[in-house]
Amino acid sequence: MTSSHAAATLQQQREAALISAILAGEREKFHDLIRPYERQVYLTALSLVKNETEAEDVAQEAVLRAYRKLASFRGDAKFSTWLIAITLNEARTRLREGKRVLLDSLDNHDQEGGDYTPAALTDWREIPSAALERQEICRLLQEAVAELPDSFRQVVILRDVEELSVNETAEALGISIALVKVRLHRARLLLQKKLVPLLRIEWKEQKKSGMLRRLRWF
Amino acid sequence: MVLNCRHVWDRISEYIDGTLDPSVRADVEKHLAHCEICSAVLDSTRNVIILMADDRVFELPVDFSKRLHARLDQVLAAESPDPA
Repeated sequence: MTSSHAAATLQQQREAALISAILAGEREKFHDLIRPYERQVYLTALSLVKNETEAEDVAQEAVLRAYRKLASFRGDAKFSTWLIAITLNEARTRLREGKRVLLDSLDNHDQEGGDYTPAALTDWREIPSAALERQEICRLLQEAVAELPDSFRQVVILRDVEELSVNETAEALGISIALVKVRLHRARLLLQKKLVPLLRIEWKEQKKSGMLRRLRWF
Repeated sequence: MVLNCRHVWDRISEYIDGTLDPSVRADVEKHLAHCEICSAVLDSTRNVIILMADDRVFELPVDFSKRLHARLDQVLAAESPDPA
């Protein structure tokens, strides 16, 4: 057994014990059960509703729903996957109530190939990690993700922001692994194309100011 | 198989995730070794992925956790989970 596998098993056992205790009446332990997943629940909500305030509302409702429905968690899936599915449902309900229609089936971005051309800038090899402390860079990334087509944004947030595996992403979204891979690929290339020219300008300006701590990443 | 640039771009995401077949991966690497454009596309795509995973990019709203647990406290005090 690998150490990461062992850690995952240990976490699952810890969660199973917490869930039994909560269902047996130690309700306050639900705080501990949910604490490791707050960020994941919020980001999952944000992948659908896009607006921060609304995402927080959805996240709260999803957590309350998970508490109320806890007895229906079977333990054959990971708790995190179950929680993400609840959050996505909650977010979809919210969007329907707001009469905003998700035109998922109508967006036609799933074809492979197409006329996509990446931003080919050979002088952007290094990453300005220190630059992340600057709001501007974070904002550019957030906006680029928010502007993705809905189906792409969901996949990229679960896979690249929350760092779920491709399989977990497919399970949470209820779509095939092949479709996750296609959407992920298209989303990443769209982000590359959009962000690289912008980040490069930011980076060059910072370099001129002489404040950049340059890190070689690869 | 000799790949052109477009072939390589089509495989960049799977290349980064390490899920390409070994023979395809070798073809991609052969191309990358002499194509500066594709190497730059690869590096920058990988960099964007690394930036996205950084917790500082998508931060929780201030006091998110405090509000969540306060709301939970109210519900936990009033309700048991639904019976199975």
